[in-house]
Amino acid sequence: MQELIIRAKELLECGEVARVLGWRKGEHVYDPEPAFFQSADALENFVYNGFCGANLSKYMIEASKLEGKTLVFLKPCDTYSFNQLLAEHRIDREKAYIIGVGCKGKLKIENIGADGILDIEGADYPDCGEELNVKTLYGDVKVAYKDAMLERCHVCKGKEHRIFDEKIGESVDTLDAERFAEVERIEKMSPEEKFAYFQAELSKCIRCNACRNVCPACSCRKCVFDSTKFDSAQKANATTFEEKMFHIIRAFHVAGRCTDCGECSRVCPQGIPLHLFNRKFIKDMNELYGDYQAGVDVDAKAPLVCFSQEDAEPGALTERG
Amino acid sequence: MHRIKKSELPRLYEAIAKTQTLYLPVKSAGKTNFAVWTETAQPDIDTLKTVKSPKDAFFPQCENLYTVKREEGKLKLTAEELESESFVVFGIRACDVRALSVLDKVFLSNPVDTYYAARREHGILVSLACSRPETSCFCGTFGIDCAQPEGDVATWLCGEYLYWQPQTEKGESLTNALSDLLEEAEEAPVEKAKEEIRAICERLPLKDLSLEKWGAHAAHDNFDSPLWEELYKGCLACGTCTFVCPTCQCYDIKDYDTGNGIQRYRCWDSCMYSDFTMMAHGNNRTSQMQRFRQRFMHKLAYFPANNDGMFSCVGCGRCVDKCPSHLNIVKVIKTFGKEEA
Repeated sequence: MQELIIRAKELLECGEVARVLGWRKGEHVYDPEPAFFQSADALENFVYNGFCGANLSKYMIEASKLEGKTLVFLKPCDTYSFNQLLAEHRIDREKAYIIGVGCKGKLKIENIGADGILDIEGADYPDCGEELNVKTLYGDVKVAYKDAMLERCHVCKGKEHRIFDEKIGESVDTLDAERFAEVERIEKMSPEEKFAYFQAELSKCIRCNACRNVCPACSCRKCVFDSTKFDSAQKANATTFEEKMFHIIRAFHVAGRCTDCGECSRVCPQGIPLHLFNRKFIKDMNELYGDYQAGVDVDAKAPLVCFSQEDAEPGALTERG
Repeated sequence: MHRIKKSELPRLYEAIAKTQTLYLPVKSAGKTNFAVWTETAQPDIDTLKTVKSPKDAFFPQCENLYTVKREEGKLKLTAEELESESFVVFGIRACDVRALSVLDKVFLSNPVDTYYAARREHGILVSLACSRPETSCFCGTFGIDCAQPEGDVATWLCGEYLYWQPQTEKGESLTNALSDLLEEAEEAPVEKAKEEIRAICERLPLKDLSLEKWGAHAAHDNFDSPLWEELYKGCLACGTCTFVCPTCQCYDIKDYDTGNGIQRYRCWDSCMYSDFTMMAHGNNRTSQMQRFRQRFMHKLAYFPANNDGMFSCVGCGRCVDKCPSHLNIVKVIKTFGKEEA
């Protein structure tokens, strides 16, 4: 972590960058916040550890409007979002100085499954271990690092940064699960079972819009759900049917652009596995148009915005059931 | 003092639900929230904090106010009926009980919100002491004792038993109605439990949170502080903090076109949202910094200025647990606290 701070100070001091976008220390090891640092002194509060799951790519939309370059720290999977935003002309490459920062898997405090957590050892980068030593008000517990990881880390896209100016730190490929296994499990359900599953999950939605606001693919200047001119308001709706529409419309809207960064599921206060909608679309597109991963290549043609003779006929969808 | 075996609680729920609606913490799809008891529901009173607070029972996230229909060329207005039957909210924590006192200041002062008032009149609160306070808890800052919750009945989980103490007339009559299920009990185990809870509270990391820089005077002192610019940057402008908060009370009123009429409903609003307090001339807060500032100034400065010093935060810590960016009221309080006066 010190390496990151030293390099950031250098870049600030030599005038290469005007500010730094990273994570600021919180009250505890587990609550760092995305933050801009304007000076070398402010970087004293910089932190990079296992709880820096927040993907900083989307903050670059605002940073692109500012004077001078912003130094941004991106983990390997964050670079996919950055590329996708570049492809959509939402951010300015010239305004970013990217340090590809190593990642050994990011953690979710809720996955530790302990009450009264006071401190956690073993979550520091790069010195994280196989095990987290968790000190709580109610006794100490040990939890395997792996067991506390975010879902997205179990289906890790790999150690490679897809865009960067320089790299600092080693990454570990934390892939240990099949990316589409959960989607396949749901596909095998009967229509009634599927409905019951999504009913139970989506009825928890409190319509806080955290999933939308954190989503790097949700970068419209004005969201249709924020418009006061339609019934499709951003707040709670008159019927639960409308609530479900919100998530389904959103999934359609980001289809082909979603990099599967998993931020939607990370931030949902009700633990709704929102990534499953997006992953279903990704799986379908892979099957219908060939494998495609948004954010790998800025110049790649996305399957839903190009046409080839080999494309599936629209009828394929209805025939498939 | 009364008590009932924990294993007998399903019978207690059933007995309450026989005559009135019972709200209690229910686990569904992995999360615990207050919901109406049904035979198939999975009550969960061990989870300390429900994701949403129980304020829905008095101030629902979405409620119909009236319906308008056109009948024979005339408009017909049908107002929603007010709550007229008693209901029980079981397992409400000390912070959430106090939060209702905050809401009372808003909804029961003139002009009285009749929908809320009717529910408050008919609601019976069975509170539950916090056996295992969390590190994000800071109710003590606001003078709340989670070992001795307010409410019509206070309860404590001690070993195999739930101890039960009526504290008001409403609580007495509920206790009498359930006398077949409750047995007389000694107070000693409850006193011991209270001591244990208070001992844990002494070890909470946020126990010394100082509100010195806050209160009515802060409306003037803190408004123009440059700290806001630094504090809000990570804010996603989502409504999580406001919707999990037991004291946030802002709402919007909207019309829903049902196809053959209009449903006028109100739903929780969030000061984090871009159209919050939107008026014909536009919006009086145009940046996220201003919206962010509004939320904390309301809780820690404007509300106390208008309500004899009462803060509209009860230290439940839900926003601390749930903010996607880990921004929260504690960080705001502490950041201002560090500043030299």
